[in-house]
Amino acid sequence: MSHNSPQTLYDKLWQSHVVLEQDDGSALIYIDRHLIHEVTSPQAFEGLKLAKRQPWRISSVVATADHNTPTNHWERGIEDPVSRLQVETLDANIHEFGALAYYPFKDSRQGIVHVVGPENGATLPGMTVVCGDSHTSTHGAFACMAHGIGTSEVEHVLATQCLVQKKSKTMLVRVEGQLRRGVSAKDIALAVIGNIGTAGGTGYAIEFAGSAIRALSIEGRMTLCNMAIEAGARMGFVAVDQTTIDYLKGRPFAPKGDDWERAVASWRQLTSDEGARFDQVVELRAEAIDPLVTWGTSPEMVVSIKGRVPDPASFADPVKREGAERALAYMGLAPNQSVESIAIDKVFIGSCTNSRIEDLRAAASVLKGRHVAANVKLALAVPGSGLVKRQAEAEGLDKVFIAAGFEWREPGCSMCLAMNADRLEPGERCASTSNRNFEGRQGAGGRTHLVSPQMAAAAAIAGRFADVREIVCKEPV
Amino acid sequence: MDAFVRLNGLVAPLDRANVDTDAIIPKQFLKSIKRSGFGPNLFDEWRYLDVGQPGQDSTNRPRNPDFVLNQPRYQGAQILLARKNFGCGSSREHAPWALLDFGFRAVIAESFADIFFNNCFKNGILPITLPAAEIDALFAAVSGTPGFRLLIDLERQVIERPDGVSLPFAIDDYRKERLLNGWDDIGLTLRHADIIREFEERRRREQPWLFCG
Repeated sequence: MSHNSPQTLYDKLWQSHVVLEQDDGSALIYIDRHLIHEVTSPQAFEGLKLAKRQPWRISSVVATADHNTPTNHWERGIEDPVSRLQVETLDANIHEFGALAYYPFKDSRQGIVHVVGPENGATLPGMTVVCGDSHTSTHGAFACMAHGIGTSEVEHVLATQCLVQKKSKTMLVRVEGQLRRGVSAKDIALAVIGNIGTAGGTGYAIEFAGSAIRALSIEGRMTLCNMAIEAGARMGFVAVDQTTIDYLKGRPFAPKGDDWERAVASWRQLTSDEGARFDQVVELRAEAIDPLVTWGTSPEMVVSIKGRVPDPASFADPVKREGAERALAYMGLAPNQSVESIAIDKVFIGSCTNSRIEDLRAAASVLKGRHVAANVKLALAVPGSGLVKRQAEAEGLDKVFIAAGFEWREPGCSMCLAMNADRLEPGERCASTSNRNFEGRQGAGGRTHLVSPQMAAAAAIAGRFADVREIVCKEPV
Repeated sequence: MDAFVRLNGLVAPLDRANVDTDAIIPKQFLKSIKRSGFGPNLFDEWRYLDVGQPGQDSTNRPRNPDFVLNQPRYQGAQILLARKNFGCGSSREHAPWALLDFGFRAVIAESFADIFFNNCFKNGILPITLPAAEIDALFAAVSGTPGFRLLIDLERQVIERPDGVSLPFAIDDYRKERLLNGWDDIGLTLRHADIIREFEERRRREQPWLFCG
């Protein structure tokens, strides 16, 4: 490529990590940060040991236990013996091989791997970040090339510090304008997925840009990049700006002193050049985005809070029509039913999508002085990490949640995927700030509706889906 | 990893789009620290009428007679026919492990989710993408023809239908070569250890903050 031709951010990130272009069309890509959790790593460590290989650069590893860990009664330990063995296996592997940092179960900094990495400054702009977890795209908020990998690739990165990759196509998702009150990064994410579909991003690396994206906090950008995988994209990212740099300053693993100045200077290059060409461009207006609610069993099945459940007969494509019919049957919904008429059983505020301090503040601002409706059996607030939890408690948010009738829990993945005891029972319906509404995701037979933290709080108060703008606009917040 | 060269196999159809990896292997089975033994729990929530638990013997669990893989005509299937965006969602490699353990060596679909697609190649499973019209025709052929089989020839990159129609398919050269030979990716990469080390040292000099700790 000529030195003068404008480059996308993805071109720059890719180029700076190519170790070797191979004759067969693949490239060896260097990996800077390797995040590890207990579910997708045991077989990788076992493979390494069986082959008598040593980790290439163990100081690239940041590890935590998050999927299996309980969110209450920590004094009892992990009661499920199968879960406990998996967490203890991670303990043993880190004990044997080491890590830059390990936040085990009950550690004060333990939490969801995608919350823990950034808040400790272990995710830095320009890095390649991988993890045996699809939501690794979260770290793209820092202009990283960040994506999920399978366990074989976890072993490959442990052994070689590289991945065999092929370059993706590029997509620019530009969101211009100003989000309306009550609308958040989660709604942008759902709007994008609703627009391009769950396979719309397949084969692409998505750059999110535009004035509405620049106006987002780092937490909001993480929410958005987190769900790039739900649009099928390999990764999603946002260029570096002052917001990125301000967030990182002073974090434990962020550079210090002269290194900080040099790092910031190099990070400022991590933007797409003026005139850079993308393979595809998608444009959205921020003002046009309503608070959204998913109605089906795929994140692309999404509608405005003011909307109605679609009639499957309205889909021309027979595969989509059958998909909608199956989704409505599973979800127990009727065609043309208004979203605001759908009553809920449980509320979950948490997950790597929406468990950061800003998310808890947003939910608490809606809950303050109000109470969860009588028909809601359980409302859970699960902070993303020990640090988030303590910050929230310092701000008194825990008291707001508890006074409103929520349970205030310990950090972890919790009811996003229900590997621990937090789950839906068959037929139960949940307003959830997580990222997947797949059949059985939150428990066999459970029915998940994806929403923002504000909208989950509004649903908790109303006992059904409700427009948060009508709750908070009645009085000054 | 077993090499994949040619496969003449019975085809089973799974006629729905966006089949996610939570459906392929539900979360409770991810607690295992092994790579094998996931086959009995492949599509667990669709295949059985009760909720399966890890470590449970599935032999006598109540089966869902409506689920396609429970139909006698598809017993022994090695090729799964699917729709758009197969394998979306979680990165869990337990999904291809479960497919392989059940007996599948190839999945043919209109499109695949990226991480699942990649994971297949690491386990000797060949995922093949075909145009929607060819997928439609295959679904019609499978349902209309008991014992419908396909011959997949990776070397020639072609699927041969029993009626003599050949369906060519694309595959990246590097993936094809590795699959044909059953090569160990890590061993291949480590042949370049010196180049990796050189790259790493340069990076460490230029951007030392990436190597803190």
